[in-house]
Amino acid sequence: MEKGTTLLQAINLSIGYTAKKQAATIASNINLELKAGSLTALIGANGIGKSTLLRTLTGIQQPLSGNVLLNNMAVAEYSAQELSQNLSIVLTEALPPSNLTVFELVALGRQPYTNWLGSLSDDDFTKVNIALKLTQTAHLSHKKHFEISDGQLQKVLIARALAQDTPLIILDEPTTHLDLLHKVNLLRLLKKLAQEANKCILYSTHDLDLALQLSDRIIVMTPQTVVQGTPQNLIDNNVFDTLFNDANIVFDKDKGGFVVK
Amino acid sequence: MQHPKRNIALFIILGIALALLFIVNISLGSVKIPMQDVLQSLTGGDASKTTWQYIIINYRLPKAITALLVGMGLSVSGLLMQTLFRNPLAGPDVLGLSSGASLGVAFVILGSAVLPGAMAGFFLSSYGIVLASTLGSFVVLLAVLAVAQHLRDTMAILIIGLMFTSFTGAIVGVLTYFSTAEQLQKYTFWSLGSLGNLSWGNIIILGLVTLAGLLLSALCIKPLDALLLGERYAKSMGIDFNKTRFIIILATSLLTGCITAFAGPVAFVGLVVPHMAKLLFKTSNHMLLFWATLLCGGILLLLCDIFTQLPGSSFVLPINAITSIVGAPVVIALLLGKRKGIFN
Repeated sequence: MEKGTTLLQAINLSIGYTAKKQAATIASNINLELKAGSLTALIGANGIGKSTLLRTLTGIQQPLSGNVLLNNMAVAEYSAQELSQNLSIVLTEALPPSNLTVFELVALGRQPYTNWLGSLSDDDFTKVNIALKLTQTAHLSHKKHFEISDGQLQKVLIARALAQDTPLIILDEPTTHLDLLHKVNLLRLLKKLAQEANKCILYSTHDLDLALQLSDRIIVMTPQTVVQGTPQNLIDNNVFDTLFNDANIVFDKDKGGFVVK
Repeated sequence: MQHPKRNIALFIILGIALALLFIVNISLGSVKIPMQDVLQSLTGGDASKTTWQYIIINYRLPKAITALLVGMGLSVSGLLMQTLFRNPLAGPDVLGLSSGASLGVAFVILGSAVLPGAMAGFFLSSYGIVLASTLGSFVVLLAVLAVAQHLRDTMAILIIGLMFTSFTGAIVGVLTYFSTAEQLQKYTFWSLGSLGNLSWGNIIILGLVTLAGLLLSALCIKPLDALLLGERYAKSMGIDFNKTRFIIILATSLLTGCITAFAGPVAFVGLVVPHMAKLLFKTSNHMLLFWATLLCGGILLLLCDIFTQLPGSSFVLPINAITSIVGAPVVIALLLGKRKGIFN
């Protein structure tokens, strides 16, 4: 796929839940465009609906109105099998207990391509090894997944998504449990994957300052609107002032981060 | 994958152990029969006494085969449920499936007096009991699953299973209160569990249903591997979760229902054997675990069955008692061991 091709599009999207035939809208009038070879951060306060947006973009949840297009086709129209070859995810939730080794965990990413028994072909082995190498986790491959650190596990989960060989990868708060060093390493890795492997990567995060420095584009969710733009663009338009509904937290344009008054 | 040689060696050892135990199981019993005659009867030759041959072909061989089928079927359904419920303590008896099956059988044996003659005749036949007990375990598993949908806490699911067990136990209690001494005796003997007393016809039914259940389970090997990462990851990798769950439910209720119908509620095997396999092979790969669980299940039940026949006496202990005596300490050891891979 060529760099800069639009991969995922949200058009006049309205997200939320339908309960007892009543629609509870969380955000509406969302227009987004994600391109191949770019790293996009999704930021917003807690409870603003980041997870709902990600769930809607990945087809887990139906939009209230509007469309999510993946390669110009509505996400809802993809079969589970087709979708799994176009979109992979990385979640924050803890993995259930198991004896999976790092290699086996990453190899599970090949499931959309394997036969009914899930046996790996030579091509699958190659793809898994490339994914381990790109994420610098090859030396861990024989360890059990519960024996490695949080930072390493997060990389391994990204390797699994890479092994799934999809043009689009969506990550739900991948930096949450990490310290600053590992946060930076992880975002650098994502940036590298976007640039070198031409992946289209979207991740949600609360680390605004890091996101501003390391992402190509940023989607900001505020109670009023959902805006997408380059970091500089958004700073110039004072978008971040509306992020938190609190007069004591203000955005410092020169520092590129928030300060408490 | 990383220890192919070790795994092959383990499979060979388990295979040999299974074959040996099968022969030993047949050679032991209240009547002493020399090993030579045992082997001769099994290979189609003539034993030195026709009564010996009769005992082996019509009593001991069916019992050993039943032990194999029961061990394999219950263990594999335990393996499926532990992955489906993301819970190391799941198993057909813990989640109330066996008691569901018991309830079905209790309705049939204890309640048949209420039914008109012809229907009672059908329900009391082996087909009727298999049907009732499969339905019983199916209904309980559906109920547990329906409740489990609303619970993220895996420990809570076990408590739900316990509740269903005591609920079905209470209904069985009410039924026994209103039944005759003869019905009661029949039900009590059934509930103690027994691998013997099955005719070849029954064994064929048990064998076919177990085979069907195992084939359905084999279909789930790949989705089960995906489920090791949880439901959302599995779905994102193209797994049809609802279909997989349905096949698992069908397979486990067929296996548990049919086995419980013929052999009575056999406790702990479904819970313990998958752990034995996981500890031996140190893996979560369901392809390996499926075969390992099959072999270990057969081995454990053949072994337990040997213990039911006290050497030199004509007493035969109920199989359910032996599996519980062996199983309960193993579960306690597992809980105390709290290895991080199994219990987080």
